[in-house]
Amino acid sequence: MPKRTDISSVLVIGSGPIVIGQACEFDYSGTQACRVLKEEGIRVILVNSNPATIMTDPEFADATYIEPITTDVLTTIIAKERPDAILPTLGGQTALNAAIALDEAGVLEKYNVELIGANIPAILKGEDREQFKKVVDICGGESARSAIIHTIEEAIAAVEELKYPVVVRPSFTMGGLGSGFAYNEEELRRIVGQGLHYSPTTEVLLEESILGWKEYELELMRDKNDNVAVICSIENVDPVGVHTGDSVTVAPALTLTDREYQTLRDIGIAVIREVGVDTGGCNIQYAVDPKTGRVIVIEMNPRVSRSSALASKATGYPIAKIAAKVAIGYTLDEIQNDITGTTSAAFEPTIDYVVVKVPRFAFEKFPAADDTLTTTMKSVGEAMSLGRNFTEALGKALRSIDKPGTNFHWDGEPVSGRALEELLVEIQRPTERRLVATQQALRAGATIEQVYEATKIDRWFLDQIQLMNEIADEVAHADALNRELLLRAKRNGLSDSQIASLRGIKGSRAAAEGAVREVRKALGVRPVFKTVDTCAAEFDAKTPYHYSSYDQETEVQPREREAILILGSGPNRIGQGIEFDYSCVHAALGLKGEYETIMINCNPETVSTDYDTADRLYFEPLTFEDVIEIYEAELEAGPIKGVIVQLGGQTPLSLAGRLREAGLPILGTSPEAIDNAEDRAEFGRVLTEAGLPAPAFGTATTLTEAKNIAAGIGYPVLVRPSYVLGGRGMEIVYSEEHLTGYVQRALGEAALSGGPLAPILIDRFLDDAMEIDVDVLFDGEDMYVGGIMEHIEEAGIHSGDSACVLPPMSLSDGEIDRIRRSTLALAKGIGVRGLMNVQYALVSDVLYVLEANPRASRTVPFVAKATGVPLAKAAALLMAGKSIKELRAEGVLPAAGDGSTLSIDAPIAVKEAVLPFKRFRTTEGIAVDTVLGPEMRSTGEVMGFDVDFPTAFAKSQAAAFGGLPTSGRVFVSVADRDKRAAIFPIKRLQELGFELLATAGTAKVLRRAGISATPVRKYSDGRSETGEPTIVDLITNGEVDMVVNTPSGQGARADGYEIRASVTAADKPIITTVDQLSAAVQAIESVLAGPFSVTSIQEHSKRSYIEAGVTA
Amino acid sequence: MISQPALIDAPTYPGAALLVLEDGRIFSGRAYGAVGATYGEIVFNTGMTGYQETLTDPSYYKQIVVMTAPHIGNTGVNDEDPESIRIWVSGLVVRDPARKPSNWRSARGLDVELETQGVVGISDIDTRALTRHLRDRGTMRAGVFSGEALLDGRHPKRIEELVKAVNEQPLMKGADLAREVSTDTAYVVEPMGKFEGQEPLKTVVALDLGIKSMTPQRLAERGMRVHVLPGDSTIEDMLALNPDGVFFSNGPGDPAAATREVELLREVLDRKIPYFGICFGNQLLGRALGFGTYKLPYGHRGINQPVMELSTRKVEITSQNHGFAVDAPIGVTATAPHNDGAYGRVIVSHIGLNDNVVEGLECHDIPAFSVQYHPEAAAGPHDAAYLFDRFLNLMTSGAPTAAGLSKAARAKNQEN
Repeated sequence: MPKRTDISSVLVIGSGPIVIGQACEFDYSGTQACRVLKEEGIRVILVNSNPATIMTDPEFADATYIEPITTDVLTTIIAKERPDAILPTLGGQTALNAAIALDEAGVLEKYNVELIGANIPAILKGEDREQFKKVVDICGGESARSAIIHTIEEAIAAVEELKYPVVVRPSFTMGGLGSGFAYNEEELRRIVGQGLHYSPTTEVLLEESILGWKEYELELMRDKNDNVAVICSIENVDPVGVHTGDSVTVAPALTLTDREYQTLRDIGIAVIREVGVDTGGCNIQYAVDPKTGRVIVIEMNPRVSRSSALASKATGYPIAKIAAKVAIGYTLDEIQNDITGTTSAAFEPTIDYVVVKVPRFAFEKFPAADDTLTTTMKSVGEAMSLGRNFTEALGKALRSIDKPGTNFHWDGEPVSGRALEELLVEIQRPTERRLVATQQALRAGATIEQVYEATKIDRWFLDQIQLMNEIADEVAHADALNRELLLRAKRNGLSDSQIASLRGIKGSRAAAEGAVREVRKALGVRPVFKTVDTCAAEFDAKTPYHYSSYDQETEVQPREREAILILGSGPNRIGQGIEFDYSCVHAALGLKGEYETIMINCNPETVSTDYDTADRLYFEPLTFEDVIEIYEAELEAGPIKGVIVQLGGQTPLSLAGRLREAGLPILGTSPEAIDNAEDRAEFGRVLTEAGLPAPAFGTATTLTEAKNIAAGIGYPVLVRPSYVLGGRGMEIVYSEEHLTGYVQRALGEAALSGGPLAPILIDRFLDDAMEIDVDVLFDGEDMYVGGIMEHIEEAGIHSGDSACVLPPMSLSDGEIDRIRRSTLALAKGIGVRGLMNVQYALVSDVLYVLEANPRASRTVPFVAKATGVPLAKAAALLMAGKSIKELRAEGVLPAAGDGSTLSIDAPIAVKEAVLPFKRFRTTEGIAVDTVLGPEMRSTGEVMGFDVDFPTAFAKSQAAAFGGLPTSGRVFVSVADRDKRAAIFPIKRLQELGFELLATAGTAKVLRRAGISATPVRKYSDGRSETGEPTIVDLITNGEVDMVVNTPSGQGARADGYEIRASVTAADKPIITTVDQLSAAVQAIESVLAGPFSVTSIQEHSKRSYIEAGVTA
Repeated sequence: MISQPALIDAPTYPGAALLVLEDGRIFSGRAYGAVGATYGEIVFNTGMTGYQETLTDPSYYKQIVVMTAPHIGNTGVNDEDPESIRIWVSGLVVRDPARKPSNWRSARGLDVELETQGVVGISDIDTRALTRHLRDRGTMRAGVFSGEALLDGRHPKRIEELVKAVNEQPLMKGADLAREVSTDTAYVVEPMGKFEGQEPLKTVVALDLGIKSMTPQRLAERGMRVHVLPGDSTIEDMLALNPDGVFFSNGPGDPAAATREVELLREVLDRKIPYFGICFGNQLLGRALGFGTYKLPYGHRGINQPVMELSTRKVEITSQNHGFAVDAPIGVTATAPHNDGAYGRVIVSHIGLNDNVVEGLECHDIPAFSVQYHPEAAAGPHDAAYLFDRFLNLMTSGAPTAAGLSKAARAKNQEN
């Protein structure tokens, strides 16, 4: 029964912007699906608002719509494209919810479009709590005792039966949004209130607590012939209570007997059948009582999920690809297992290694947020590693996280007495530090039982951590490192750098690590590289998907072709996400024909770690130790041309210098040039030579220095540590007192990570400047400008959080020319070969250079999509030795002109950032502040693409936040300095029919300008005696549709906090700058003018908008 | 590559153990379980769960089992999961044995259990390298040596001596082992589960050629009374129990050497008594029908083996443990060669999807069928449990042949 013949076109719905709980795993799965469908000769229509995805590259679909994923837009696309079917199961919860909305709106019926992968009844059965409970019951499984409630009063009544603590789970939300544990009525009211709000059906499930139970997941696949296979079992090291996305997890399950495992499998298979996922994958989560083995089914996702991506990478079984094939009618036995090439996809992978996934968090970006891990997912990324046992895999996973304080250590004396007791209390609360704290508690002599009682982490895992401690102790106390001991340490996951510190080897960290490496090499203790093959070596594997292990036999095959190693970007984090993976993937695809491309990365969510992206894949940590071992193993296998470090962001870049010292050929911009651009003194020299102005700045390594420099420049100043991405630790500092606090914090952090204080950069803060981003390619001679972006927010807000527009809206040809010349001078001065990103600030006709980064930037994919030019691919080819002239001749780049010479009718692309504020709460349960600043906090981005700015901006808002209101009430509170500029757009809002609310002060100003606004009480005024509400009450009650709150200066920024927090909680748009306000008003006008029209990027690029112009 | 100098003498480091293959390949590791020497045919099992069931499966008699899953012993040993009264494997090869078992049912550690039962094991082996070697070269004889077994008096033994000792061991091909693992005395398993205490729906005689305890349980759970008889029972012993059906179990050894059991099965078939066989019982049916059996290069051992029922084209994930297979034509209705087609028509009902090996036989003129894999699972998935229902149907329907069975399955499938 092969492929269905009645489907010739399919609409694939993507997952939109990267948000917590829904990250680039859906680019990976969507890309696989698009590939499969195209290979099958099906016309693929794709919708995704996220430009930083591989799936939205023009070659992956026949019609790619970078448009908001809303019912209206989808309806327009369906009417235009008339697909036979929609595949909604590979775009996360976003796509599934979009499909339900289309069904409810009658669109599927009207246009006779079939849902494939999962149908509406199946989606509802899987996602609706009450229906799902019935399913579990029919399948002979158990659910936690529970009650479905629709109001807070019902919740309070239900808890009398269920008892505290209860779990609160809203229906139809992703990543556990809005869920949590309530221990008392106050918490119940709060969490249920939020849950009712977030649930599109205003429905919340309350459940008996199963906190501390063991948690498991199974990934299943089913075809139309009712063949079901379990692809992977996953065990959470953190027990129930921590969202699986925030848990350390292992595959396969390690602490179940076969009987217990088969019980989970039987229930899972019965559930996928009963729910009716006919053709596709699903994920089922279980809790197992560690005392009795009682099994409870927690939930199921009738779609490909984050865990599916993990399971695919963990086993080598490409779940998304197979899910797409079964959706169009193939049965599992008709699909070949790519890895063996001889067997079919109808089997269950078995693995002979252990996979560990560790989440990466970003609480440092939200200092006010409660860092307790709960059933609401808060991690922003993850690293996965493979080893031949748990300790090896765990050690590798922890060092992949690339963040101070997240790895096991044996520094200092172990704690004792009172401190140990405190530690045992501390580890009761799950946090990102808990695993390390657990290791420390065991190291300090706590028994496995004590630690088990505190954490409920299975004793087997605790014993393994204990094993690592024991070996560390042996390493520390051995007379000398002998081969046996070293081998034992390496087999159990200790890194060279950990061994160096255990041995107390003196010198810099790099030198000490190098010394261990030398001993290791001399004693012949080297890793081998094994293969991920889905079958535990039962059959020969065709795909070179490798991981390292300290074992006996290596499986790296010799090769003839010259190889290029591409270092990926590691776990996603705020500031270093999918955009960098995009560039790495482009390099791999672009270089594939000519070179043997070898990808190194440890992020399971990405396209780069798909086994068929590069010619060879090493799923390994991006540390010096691991990279150099791969290099040496590959050097034995064949010739190597070089290593690409400039595409994966800061993680690979920070290795460049050491790799170069170790003799590795670094392709593209040299490590010295990269350092020069980071080093302010060196960079200052480049600027001076090029005659370019930069804001006054200085570099300080002590508090006194910092104070002197800041005083010299004049407050406010922008301070930040050097060598960071995403503006980590960047702040606008308004006073010396504020500066002192900042430096002291930095000193504290440096002490924690054991290093000296990295130099702090202090810049003059340019108030009211327009910020400009430029991405260029440079080959030593010629420059190609990828694109020039004008920020919508003024300078001072991190470029990653700022909306921007391409082509720039308000720059004159003269200014653009100035930017070209300045950028060329910088590229030459720095010695760029490949990509460079420059940020400028334009104030009073002076073009200041804020910074120049000789590497791929976050905006590369956006620029590539907006201009239709494959920038990252071109960069890779440049690094491999091509020139821009050659690339122009070969058609990789346009024959003439570039991104600075766009025609007058070029479409307008707006990039908007998506922020994760609603995920984070303070310990009091209030939303964290949403004011934007120089520290980047967005997790992802969308692109609005249309013929003019207002529509493009409106689309970007619809894609990022669900859109701006077109009627209703707007609350306005504007800082004094913004009052003049704000009057015009506010007046326009009134003309458009909005009712204006304002605080007394603002209302007065508005009235004088002829705008009537209803005065409302400030939060600090409190409710009046007659109960007249404050603005915060109004917002909380949903009576305000949009809020304009422009704070300025440090004090005012804090004042508006309650307002902004309540807006975040109410999920309404908030505007915090006047520039945003103007753009928003234009966008609202555009929306009022009529529904969006849609244009695919293939239609856009029927002609090039790049005109031959000046070329430098 | 971790350099391993070529060994001339057995190693003497504390806890040293050696795995020696007949082709001279040596793996050094650490003693695990009992210390001493053991020999057997070395085979690999790819199951990620179920080591306890595997070790106690009599079909592994005289085999040294390599577990490809790296962590073994995590859930310890309990008293509910063994498939027989003892561990049958002659040796166990693992990479990372558990230091601390963790499971609410665990009674003791696997290391302790191995030691108590005198099973010699070895750990810290690159089991993947070993598996690849066996996959490429086929199963072979091997020995595990530790403690005194590595010494010749006070000196380490020479490796070549150990290789020689391995090569002196008997081959699995031609080995007649089933009766060695069988029960000495007959016993009865009464209906259980929801049939407990009720009159049996049917009475089955199960010939124990190495039976796993889950098999009679699966029959009993469906309301059958199961008389488990010793492997050397006669047709008279069976008939005396007035069975509605006869079952031949799994078991170790070469089916080609089991002439007595084949003869016994023919007595059953001649009497048109409904027959169901598993594993060895499938090979015996094949031979009784006149087909040959042959040794697979490295066998099927694991719990993820895909099997397709050809009549429905449905795939089931199965538990398997077989080194031999039936040589019968696939995709055609054949005439059973024995005695000029006396048993009539037969089809291959199931095949292994990985390598198209015969995984099931179905007779179309007599009431007999069998599968090569393990529907009783333990360890493994329960996808194939329907076969026990099919056996019950064969007895209750009084159907003269097994032909209708899979057709019924097909109809049922369409209903769904």
